[in-house]
Amino acid sequence: MKASVSALRFWNITKVGLMAISRNKMRSLLTMLGIIIGVACVITMVAVGTGASSSIQATINSLGSNFIMIFPGAAMSGGMRSFTGESKLTPEDVTAIKAECPAVAYASAGTRTNAQVVAGEQNWGTQVWGVDVDWPFIRAWNVAEGDFFTDVDVRSSSKVAVLGATVAENLFPNGDAVGSTVRIKHVPFKVVGVLERKGGNMMGQDQDDQIIAPYTTVMKQLMGTPRINLIYVSARSANEVGQAQIEIESLLRQRHRLQGAQESDFNMRSQEEIASTSAQTSRTLSILLGSAAAISLLVGGIGIMNIMLVSVTERTREIGVRLAIGAKGRHVLLQFLLEAIALSVVGGAIGVGLGLLIPNLVTRFAGLPTQVSSGSVLLAFGFAAAIGVFFGFYPARKASRLDPIDALRYE
Amino acid sequence: MSASENAPVIEIRDLTKVYRMGEVEVHALKGVNLTVERGEFVAIMGPSGSGKSTLMNIIGCLDRPTAGTYRLDGIDVSRLDRDQRAEIRNDKIGFVFQSFNLLARTRATENVELPLLYGNLGLTAPERATRSREALARVGLAGREDHYPSQLSGGQQQRVAIARALVTDPAILLADEPTGNLDSRTSEEVIGIFQDLNDAGKTVVLITHEPDIAAHAKRVVYVRDGLVWRDEKIVQARAKHPDAAAATPGGEAEPAVAFPFTIATPEEVVR
Repeated sequence: MKASVSALRFWNITKVGLMAISRNKMRSLLTMLGIIIGVACVITMVAVGTGASSSIQATINSLGSNFIMIFPGAAMSGGMRSFTGESKLTPEDVTAIKAECPAVAYASAGTRTNAQVVAGEQNWGTQVWGVDVDWPFIRAWNVAEGDFFTDVDVRSSSKVAVLGATVAENLFPNGDAVGSTVRIKHVPFKVVGVLERKGGNMMGQDQDDQIIAPYTTVMKQLMGTPRINLIYVSARSANEVGQAQIEIESLLRQRHRLQGAQESDFNMRSQEEIASTSAQTSRTLSILLGSAAAISLLVGGIGIMNIMLVSVTERTREIGVRLAIGAKGRHVLLQFLLEAIALSVVGGAIGVGLGLLIPNLVTRFAGLPTQVSSGSVLLAFGFAAAIGVFFGFYPARKASRLDPIDALRYE
Repeated sequence: MSASENAPVIEIRDLTKVYRMGEVEVHALKGVNLTVERGEFVAIMGPSGSGKSTLMNIIGCLDRPTAGTYRLDGIDVSRLDRDQRAEIRNDKIGFVFQSFNLLARTRATENVELPLLYGNLGLTAPERATRSREALARVGLAGREDHYPSQLSGGQQQRVAIARALVTDPAILLADEPTGNLDSRTSEEVIGIFQDLNDAGKTVVLITHEPDIAAHAKRVVYVRDGLVWRDEKIVQARAKHPDAAAATPGGEAEPAVAFPFTIATPEEVVR
């Protein structure tokens, strides 16, 4: 009996609190705004952050399996690479790596130049990459039409090219690229294939906006240098990536005649290292955005406290009447606390609604990938409710401690 | 409850109240003795600073005396703590205030139900609504249950407040200047309701400084300098309607001078 009486009374007092909110709709909405924005922010930020990091992950995986890149120049601290001198990497280094490193499955030279490409009346500025026949295996990137060039093409420096999907689209709108001829820096190349579409990389560059040709041809016909920009390597398995790096390191140091403590004139990055760097970046970004959102939730909470204090002052007479007709201190405390919690919970719910909607709009209009996680929704909502309790308590306690005589006399 | 049918509703013995204002001690009540029997209609009068408000606060269990005893409906309430007093107020006292103190934007019936929300009766919502309607009907507001205070006249608002005081069926109705914000005609109307309730057996304690309002009570207690200075039964037939007051010689023309009851120059005391 006693329990049912207090349960009934609890419900009655809850209703009293909800009634007070619905009576002041505009003010309640404005009060909730901080919480609404905060919750919507948390969810949106986390959604954008998660979306970004999962798309980065996807593009890193699209680099190819067990992938290692060798750059010219010494490694710099913090994973940054700055290279201004001439590359010491040569095609012979590639041959040696293939022959002498057992953990290496594939290796390809890589050399790059920018060029204006003409096909009939069409004209397109793009990158031309000179690579070896191992390149499609390393990058796990196949041709969609035609064939990749052959070992013979590489050895004889044939003027053949494989077009990226974007280049093929721009130069051959009719789709008749394979078998046609393109002129790269006035040198005619025969198009033997078109690559599969791969999309943007993690920097947002279009990976399909490039032309692939034998590195021998690119070096002789387009660049005129015996040095290469890059070596692509693929280890035999994921477990052998570290072993491959050790083997390559010692081989290249020996080939480049580097003594004991002398700095290497090249450096290596594996797929995992690239991945962990970008994961770190996106994690930092998430923490940054998350704390901005947390601050807006905090400010929202202070807003609730402010309005509740105003409300307590404004309704001093009402509190006096309630106390006079038999409300106990804890009834008044509960009423105002529930009011604050209701404000923050309703605000939180509206915020969750917006938080589910906004990432969709971001994806649709800004083209950013987003992914709403249920964890962030629960976190933001729980945080909002906790803010209601925390910031509602002080004004509620103040109300409950009013003296009924003073409260009744308050003007 | 321990209340016996014969015990006085209010039994105050040697009641004192001392306030500390910094260094100074203010003796608001200096030993008040007052007994109110069941079914009485008592008006408490006194100039400001007389201790009248302090006495009302203690009778209403809003405050505690410094010394002395106060038995309300047979229960000693002089040493109760905050929460216990809240329970007593809910159970035994129906407050009516000068400024009505209804909750704005809340229907008349919801205003009247308010004390039931805090009580120990454990009524369901339909039971509360029924009691609220009954209370409103007793003050002549049947049919206005769903009106908001802003849609009601001052007199009607005060009647809602009286219904709110009645709804818990308290031992006393404690009205603090209930006609202070009303014009004289509406005042008569509201005081008439108190008289009707008193006729039906309700104990009414009325705090006022207006002699012509006090005149409607059956007994007038004057408080001065923290003591009951005078305690008079009114012998004159009660003026139930304005006409009755007018029938008294000179009544309508100069009501402040020609009192419809016979006590020695109370107005001089009040001033």
